[in-house]
Amino acid sequence: MEFSIYDLTSFTHWIDSSLRASMSPGWAVAVEMIIIGVALLVFYALIGLFLVYAERKVCALMQNRLGPNRVGPGGIFQTVADLVKLLFVELVPIKNADKILFNVAPFIVIIASVMAIGALPFAKGLHAIDLNIGIFYLMAVSSMGVIGVLLAGWSSNNKYSLIGAMRSGAQIVSYELSVGLALVTMVVLAGTMQLSEMIEAQRWGWFIFKGHIPAVTAFVVYIVAGTAETNRGPFDLAEAESELTAGYHTEYSGIKFALFFLAEYINMFIVAAIAATVFLGGWMPLHVFGWDGFNKVMDFIPPFVWFLGKTFGVVFLMMWLKWTFPRLRIDQLLTLEWKYLLPLNIFNLLLMATLVLVGWHW
Amino acid sequence: MEEAVINVPLEKEEYIINMGPQHPSTHGVLRLVVSLRGEMVQNVEPHIGYVHRGIEKMCENLTYAQIIHLTDRMDYLSAHINNEAVCLAVEKALDIEVSDRVKYIRTILSELTRIQSHQLFWATYGMDLGGLTCFFYGLRDREMILDIFEETCGGRLIVSYNCPGGLMNDIHPNFQKRTKDFIKYFRKTLPEYDRLLTGNVIFRERLKDIGIINREDAIAWGLTGPVGRGSGFSCDVRKHNPYSAYNKVTFKEILYNEGDSLHRYQVRMDEMWESMNIIEQLIDNIPEGPYAAKMKPVIKLPEGEYWQSVETARGELGVYIVSDGNKYPYRVKFRSPNFVNLAPLNKLAAGFKIADLVAINGSLDLVIPDLDR
Amino acid sequence: MKSFITYIKGIIEGLISLVKGLSVTGGYFFKPGTTWTQQYPNNRKELKMFDMFKGEVIMPHNEHNEHKCTGCGICEINCPNGSIEIIPASIVNEEGKKQRIIDKHIYHLGMCTFCGLCVKTCPSQALAFGQEFEHAVFDRSKLNKVLNQPGSKLMKGVV
Repeated sequence: MEFSIYDLTSFTHWIDSSLRASMSPGWAVAVEMIIIGVALLVFYALIGLFLVYAERKVCALMQNRLGPNRVGPGGIFQTVADLVKLLFVELVPIKNADKILFNVAPFIVIIASVMAIGALPFAKGLHAIDLNIGIFYLMAVSSMGVIGVLLAGWSSNNKYSLIGAMRSGAQIVSYELSVGLALVTMVVLAGTMQLSEMIEAQRWGWFIFKGHIPAVTAFVVYIVAGTAETNRGPFDLAEAESELTAGYHTEYSGIKFALFFLAEYINMFIVAAIAATVFLGGWMPLHVFGWDGFNKVMDFIPPFVWFLGKTFGVVFLMMWLKWTFPRLRIDQLLTLEWKYLLPLNIFNLLLMATLVLVGWHW
Repeated sequence: MEEAVINVPLEKEEYIINMGPQHPSTHGVLRLVVSLRGEMVQNVEPHIGYVHRGIEKMCENLTYAQIIHLTDRMDYLSAHINNEAVCLAVEKALDIEVSDRVKYIRTILSELTRIQSHQLFWATYGMDLGGLTCFFYGLRDREMILDIFEETCGGRLIVSYNCPGGLMNDIHPNFQKRTKDFIKYFRKTLPEYDRLLTGNVIFRERLKDIGIINREDAIAWGLTGPVGRGSGFSCDVRKHNPYSAYNKVTFKEILYNEGDSLHRYQVRMDEMWESMNIIEQLIDNIPEGPYAAKMKPVIKLPEGEYWQSVETARGELGVYIVSDGNKYPYRVKFRSPNFVNLAPLNKLAAGFKIADLVAINGSLDLVIPDLDR
Repeated sequence: MKSFITYIKGIIEGLISLVKGLSVTGGYFFKPGTTWTQQYPNNRKELKMFDMFKGEVIMPHNEHNEHKCTGCGICEINCPNGSIEIIPASIVNEEGKKQRIIDKHIYHLGMCTFCGLCVKTCPSQALAFGQEFEHAVFDRSKLNKVLNQPGSKLMKGVV
């Protein structure tokens, strides 16, 4: 059995064949699903912990101060300590709140993001499910998160939560459009919606270089719309701390609040991962046609390091945007989408289609 | 405790939100009862009095030297200027001429106080609107001024440095060097503030044409300070009734005619540059002399009424002392700029959204302890 | 056409202002050595307050355990809110006359407003400001301090 970290298909085939050899096919599939589910949840939790710590450190350095630096060396156990504290917080029950919806809302948001992670390619062969309509599936599934937000706001029996949830609902639904059109622009360039094929097509140049002007525009639009999707950054009106206390998750305490908080960071990770896959080449290293020595050095770095590196680069960009700019007001947010981003997107799509037909891309 | 009656006539589809006494963006303990229809503000009713300590009543049982430390705690961001107001009133009543050294030092400290207050305004305004890094940059630079205060006067916020007749003690030998270092540093850092917030398209769109008050209304409501000057009302006490060393320096009075939140903000940013110019004209020329005039141990003002107004960072503070010849004043009244500036909040905010209410409230730059005294 | 040009100009100017703002925070991120943060409980040894810092009111004693307070009570009269209580005692001095001395000079740190009038108006400059700033205690009675140390006497030659 040759295992290599550069091509994990052999590893996954080995697991699959050994399972099928020892039990009936139905059971093998069931065990595989359990393994994937556990792996994804563990990954989810670890990424969440790391991202919360990274955000606090990045924002501290931008604000010319030190971040957490006492709990553990350099403060790396700060998030663990916060999590333990949140576990002990009293879960305050709300009078006259719709109990079922109140308890279900955080889980819907988590489910939507776990479903999206399942379709992402982390390395060659490390793919939970490789649909031939990958992009379409991702867009559909990430829209489910808005149900959780609306339910949370409604079932809290609180005016502030309701205002926050309504604002957030309008915002997410509007920006879905921009996200979709930006991704469709890249589908036009790639010619396929399947994620693994898209990454293969970027072997000799990432799409952001291949598609030059329209691809860069699509990238910028995607980043802006992606941060608006996840209620982050200059678009966090729904949870504006200085205006309406905490928006749609005001009434949640303890572990339920931790779930919302975690879901927000994972959504940010998913948006960044999709950007890294579609625009920056996923796990494909940077190859330049003709520079063989350079390509060999680039190939030496394992693919999942490339993937995580690109994703965290985009995550850093999103954090940079959040900590620099003031907040947009709700009508300005919607004006930005409907009067600026949407025309730009449509124009960009036409431009990209022209480019592909005429053949002006690399 | 009985619930305060809310006198807001409600129409159908209106609902009331309480931006209660504890809120991250009402600067201090101010309760705003806002009635909204959807997202639009219909009526704002401020409830004040949560920090009322009875300062004016307490002054009736304290001697003139003892009321200085109470004025520190009124508008705590303009502590020097408040102290100066009372001292000037007492000195005017007793016909005492303080030495030039005292006048120069008082002016320099007042201008440093003004810069420090506007830095805090910038920091909290950015934070209210969502740009949280502005808070840290503003406060970091303010620390340099607070170090200057701590070295000379002994306290950072609560200074009690002025006393009737002059100053409590002479300035520290490091005072001039520290102030000049600060001005050099801040001239390089203030353009950064403009790059981060003032020029930012999101910020400008949030503030343009929000909360407009025109010049006639500003004069009618009696708005002074940057709020009045942003609407075109020329009300700078330093220009019209100069006191201390203000007639020895040249500086511009910043006026804009538009009267919206963006220009109220811009007045304060420009005032910081002007304050630095004033300090630069004075810092190298502090004349020698005594730091306090000879006063009797017990100060008794002759019978009569005395008024002195000064320009704090927020507006015109007036001190009105009625004396009947005793060592205690008969009545002390402070004309507080924040109390007057809060008054048109309903007119400014009606018809805008609730996010704009936060922006307007921030642009008025209120300090609630001054409102309640 | 004109409105289209203002539309495009608006977009470009907006983007430029956003990039300028990003450059400010980015500049601070990529220079992490310039933080001014002092890590407080670890740097107590290096932390020294300025000479004129108003930490608390103290009565300086010299090496023979003598102070300058005559018990005249002027500081008590001048204190705006009664943070000072003077408890005098009476002794017979060398010339055989009754003299008032200070028995206890009680200072309520919890009520003091740090106005500085007691330090300024003392005729024999017996009081001064100390630089101690960590005053948090668990028991409120610890905030009532007696400023003259036990067994101390008045310095010679003080009026």
